[in-house]
Amino acid sequence: MSAFNAIGEEREIDREEFTPGIEPQPTWCPGCGDFGVLKALKQAMPEVGRTPDETLLVTGIGCSGKLNSYFESYGFHTIHGRSLPVARAAKLANPGLEVIAAGGDGDGYGIGGNHFMHTARENHDMTYIVFNNEIFGLTKGQTSPTSPKGHKSKTQPSGSAKDPIRPLSLSLTSGASYIARTAAVNPNQAKQILAEAMEHDGFAHVDFLTQCPTWNKDAKQYVPYIDVQESEDYDFDVHDRDEAAAMMREAEDSLNEGTVLTGRFYADDERPSYQEEKIAIGEMPEEPLAERYFDDDYEWERSADLLDRHK
Amino acid sequence: MAENELIWRIAGGSGDGIDSTSQNFAKALMRSGLNVFTHRHYPSRIRGGHTYVEIRAKDESVNSRGDGYNFLLALGDSFARNPKEGAYYGDEEVKPLTENLDDLREGGIIVYDTGLIDPDDVPDLDERAEENNWHVFGIDLRSMAREHGREVMRNTAGIGVTAALLDMDLDEMENLMESAMPEKILEPNLTILHEAYEMMQEEYEFDHELRVPQGEHEEDQVLISGSNGVAYGALDEGCRFIAGYPMTPWTDVFTIMSQHLPEFGGISEQVEDEIAAAALALGASHAGVKAMSGSSGGGFALMSEPLGLAEMSETPIVLVEAMRAGPSTGLPTKPEQGDLEHVLYSSQGDSNRLVFAPSTPSEAYDQTRKAFELAYEYQMPAIVVIDQKLSGENENVPESFFDREPNPDLGSVLTEEELEDAPHDPSGGTFNRFSHDDPEDDGVRPRSLPGQKGGRFLVTGNEHNEAGHIEEDPDNRVIQMDLRMKKLESVRSELDSDPESSHQTYFGPDEADYGIVTWGSSQGAVEEAVDRLNDDGHSVKAVGVSDLMPYPEEEMTAFLESVDEALVVEMNATAQFRGLTQKELGQFGEKLTSLLKYDGNPFEPAEIVEGFELQINGGTDAPSANTRLEPAIGD
Ligand SMILES: Cc1ncc(C[n+]2csc(CCOP(=O)(O)OP(=O)(O)O)c2C)c(N)n1
Ligand code: SF4
Repeated sequence: MSAFNAIGEEREIDREEFTPGIEPQPTWCPGCGDFGVLKALKQAMPEVGRTPDETLLVTGIGCSGKLNSYFESYGFHTIHGRSLPVARAAKLANPGLEVIAAGGDGDGYGIGGNHFMHTARENHDMTYIVFNNEIFGLTKGQTSPTSPKGHKSKTQPSGSAKDPIRPLSLSLTSGASYIARTAAVNPNQAKQILAEAMEHDGFAHVDFLTQCPTWNKDAKQYVPYIDVQESEDYDFDVHDRDEAAAMMREAEDSLNEGTVLTGRFYADDERPSYQEEKIAIGEMPEEPLAERYFDDDYEWERSADLLDRHK
Repeated sequence: MAENELIWRIAGGSGDGIDSTSQNFAKALMRSGLNVFTHRHYPSRIRGGHTYVEIRAKDESVNSRGDGYNFLLALGDSFARNPKEGAYYGDEEVKPLTENLDDLREGGIIVYDTGLIDPDDVPDLDERAEENNWHVFGIDLRSMAREHGREVMRNTAGIGVTAALLDMDLDEMENLMESAMPEKILEPNLTILHEAYEMMQEEYEFDHELRVPQGEHEEDQVLISGSNGVAYGALDEGCRFIAGYPMTPWTDVFTIMSQHLPEFGGISEQVEDEIAAAALALGASHAGVKAMSGSSGGGFALMSEPLGLAEMSETPIVLVEAMRAGPSTGLPTKPEQGDLEHVLYSSQGDSNRLVFAPSTPSEAYDQTRKAFELAYEYQMPAIVVIDQKLSGENENVPESFFDREPNPDLGSVLTEEELEDAPHDPSGGTFNRFSHDDPEDDGVRPRSLPGQKGGRFLVTGNEHNEAGHIEEDPDNRVIQMDLRMKKLESVRSELDSDPESSHQTYFGPDEADYGIVTWGSSQGAVEEAVDRLNDDGHSVKAVGVSDLMPYPEEEMTAFLESVDEALVVEMNATAQFRGLTQKELGQFGEKLTSLLKYDGNPFEPAEIVEGFELQINGGTDAPSANTRLEPAIGD
């Protein structure tokens, strides 16, 4: 008998199942964009058909990192910037899990920037949601890697001299195989994109625009937004790297001028995920590693088999 | 005087194949029935630069490199020559000869390669040889190698010469070469081996007394390094996931694991940095796989945050800290026991980790297994501390030692059936993984694994309530904190309750006036020093400590109460283990003198003998230029 019966359980799933019975009241400020992510995620889960017990949500630190307090699933609220390395090992150890990682722009593009680059490069099969509110929320309003140039904050009183990071372009050059941007103000698109990201077989990065009315007073509410898939003005092939790159640049340039472009920017359905690559070269077992510990018939390899070379 | 041991040193340029040659030679000696111990010295340089490997072979047991040595094979550093100008890099070329002479014992043998070393560049060689009664053989090993094969094969010529001088049989060496070398290079190597052997017998009269000792093993032996010990212990204990980032000397363990995990059905990941490495181990363990990571001092510093998360989230992991001399990048290829406090206390908050410091390759195997077992049973991080010396030294161990059952038990994990009866929050489906109830009264509350039906919970690095939700309530805080801290006490009583499984090693007589205390890899040299001291009429016993956290309070109190005074031997400048002992026991300050060494080289037994003699005579001057005596507090 399998130790992980929740995995692959097929049944009708209600989004209410993802609302925890305890502490249902998020501590986010009224009007915070994070509510939008939570809602979209809960709505996306039934579409993907995964149950709370087979889902592992790994978060970083920040207001965004509290997501799993309000989302019913297995959850690991880790440390600042480190959700990705924790998440990707959990996925390798038990590939049956639906693994979602989430955190803020400071968490994901700042302190965790190195992990972001490498997780994308390796194309781990997971979804990564970055709550991009262009500010450090939890630590009370410092400049973040996505704050626009000139943005004034308590730690950058004269205005930031730095250009903001380009999360979409960075993701593409790093190797993510699915890249999208959505916004809390656009619930239908957000739900759709999250569902697609979870179904994608590889590293799916969703830059999720969320407003922080508390610390980012001049925060754009990301309206009016334009959905690049719906708009007649934007015609590009999401499967074409060069066209996607050009679209991303345009989206990144125009964001600071007030034009909010959202939608799917890139999808590579051909590229094998990291676990597929590792299995192919014999560096990872085909059956989930975690199952083995519950299999009484499994014959455990012994170091004694290696001793010949030491004689 | 005929010596009952051979300490053979092969010196040359790093990258000249000294490692593989000496490994084979050590095995040949082991196969001939001797106990062997190897010690490796190398510079922080990839090619060229003076390096040596020492092999000590004896009929009796050996657990340290000994003092000095009695046979030098000086090969010449082929990388010392600048190919463009035909010039030398300083005196690198003759270093294999000049650098090694100080430690060569009286009556010893020197073989040097006249093909690469010009004896005229070695100051006073003849005078010193005469004074010390050294037997010197200048042999053109390079030409011999070139004539029948390639220049790098001068190692083999050196072995042939060694075997002839020591009156050794070539059979074992031949067998080893046959199994280790591809056909193409095997033939010329065998030719060179015999050529050198026969040439020596034909052309030289030997008047030296050194011969290879005779010995016999009752059981089959294997030659294992400290890194092998850690890796094989991990594999047998069911570790199937490792994540790491290279850093000397941790790289050894990482490499061995990476080579074997795929064939053992496991996963190895080389990742972007050490923070990621420890975080991956956490993720894999959280998902239900026995996982490890590790590093050396600097990389371990990066791991302190995930280490704290492991403590708070009660996720079992095993980390290896392979120490080298610090601070910072320090002496990258030299040993030190200077990271003790770093390992015990790094990361924020009150620590409840386990720390073990094995002293030999076989202990490394045992204690790594114990580290996994306890980490998973008690859901906490365990750290295995080794150092550059232990990681690289080889020792023969009976093959049957490794004949143990694997242990894939994940410790305190509930099955889905058990989860049905486990406490859940009444308002939701959440399993109270951090329940206030402590079923076994040992601080451990069994966990569930992601993917198990009915087991979902939240875990966070923040203080949390029973279901794992962030919670700052003072009463809950105290309960959770106490339960976490209790685990360390539980491990202590588990270890205490079974004296048979004590990790401390005692040697010397049961009753003695004086004690020596040491930990980790310095133990071998202390063991030998204790034998000599007792032979010289002193009354000394010693303990090598391996349990660092929880500290073996009872055992150490009993030991220290039973002696008048004790010398604490460790490789660092600030007497860290003595500090730990005083902190944990809250007494004995006036009984403990420290003998410290931090020059990048491990202790030799003679330094400990001398340090001890100075100490009992009330001296405070260091026994040698590179050691230091730190008097007892209140002395
Ligand atoms: C190593 C470390 N450094 C700093 C912090 C403090 N810290 C907590 S949240 C945060 C910034 C979070 O910003 P962001 O990721 O943008 O998330 P938001 O709160 O805006 O959702 C910082 C700096 C920390 N917890 N850990
Ligand atoms: S501080 Fe900003 S990001 Fe944090 S909860 Fe409030 S509005 Fe949201």
